[in-house]
Order: sequence, then structure tokens, then C-alpha cells
Amino acid sequence: MAERVRVKTMSPPGHVRAPHYLRGKTGEIERPLGAYKNPEQLAYGLDAAPKELFRVRFTMAEIWGDRAERAEDTLDAEIYAHWLERL
Amino acid sequence: MDSAAASFYRCGMSDTDGRRWHDMGGRDAGPVPKGEHDFALWEKRVDALMMLCSGKGFFTVDGLRRALEDMGEDAFETMTYYERWMAAVNQNLVEQGVYTLEELGTRMEEIAQRGDSYGEAQDG
Repeated sequence: MAERVRVKTMSPPGHVRAPHYLRGKTGEIERPLGAYKNPEQLAYGLDAAPKELFRVRFTMAEIWGDRAERAEDTLDAEIYAHWLERL
Repeated sequence: MDSAAASFYRCGMSDTDGRRWHDMGGRDAGPVPKGEHDFALWEKRVDALMMLCSGKGFFTVDGLRRALEDMGEDAFETMTYYERWMAAVNQNLVEQGVYTLEELGTRMEEIAQRGDSYGEAQDG
């Protein structure tokens, strides 16, 4: 069974790589993509440690609620581990 | 709102929920323009400049994006795509110490004095 995760709701005022519309939403890990230098550090010209990146799958119902045109359709987003809480 | 808070909001916070102006996913929007357009020579040069800066290790596309976001919503409305890119490339090059603003200003004056056309502005 796929691992379920929730996108953190934090909103630090800077260059971040978790879209606002997915924060607080729950999805499942579709696949791990490997580790990449943290773009949130690279953006400021700083040394960046590798961070694990995951492809996370959300249902339209989870993201848009009653506004979803087709609730069972899914959306994949690539999100770094430090933005995810394992459920 | 006090002036410090007002300043903070202008810097890119468009909402009390922490969403920054550029983070537009899920917001209501008009139709997507589908017209094709070509790019001017200077726009292609700005694009090439970004590739060169990345290839030489001066900064990454992450730094470009950060500078674009920090320009704020006014810039998004008043500047064209590659005007914003040019400003963001310059911001990163100055931050990384590739040149000083004094050097940039001096060079811009020298080239401006050659003339208005591409031909006149060429070296030699």
C-alpha cells in the first residue's frame, strides 16, 4: 500500500518549492526521485545539502473539494522531503 | 497596518495566509493567451546570458527564480518577461561579486555613447 503524506502548511517568506495550493493536502508517494541539492538554499547562492525528492499523487477531490470537475482524477507534484509529513 | 508590516506585504506577501504573489496555482484567472510570438535579438541574448551564467557556476536557475519572485507583483505587471529576467540576472551577478555596480554603470555609459543601434554599439 502506498505511503501517505501530508504537505506541511508552513509559509516562510522566501523562495520555497511547495506550491501554496497543495499545502495541508494529503497524497500518496508515487515514487522516489532521488536526492538533489536543496533549491531553497541554491536560490540564495548558498551551499546546499542534497534533499530527497518525491513524486506525490493527489486526487482532485483532495485538492479542490466540491469544485473538482472529476473528483477521481489525480495530479502529481514533485515535492522535497522536508515539506512532507508521513502519516 | 504599520509601515514595517506594509513593507513586508509589498515584498511579496499578497495574503494573510502566507501565499506570495507569484504562487498563483489554483487562483481564478482569465483565458490563456495562445498566440505565438517571436523573440527580439536582445531577448535571445538575455536567455543565452542565463545559460552562460549557469554554465560558469555563477548562479543557478533557482537564484533567477528567487530574484524574479522578490521583484514583486508590480514588476510582473509593468515589465516584460525578459526585462524581468535581465534584472534578475543582474541581481544575482552583483550578489555573487562577478562585477560591481560601479563597473556596470561605467560600462553601460561607454556603450550608450557609441550610438543607439546594434551596429553602432558593437565593439570596434
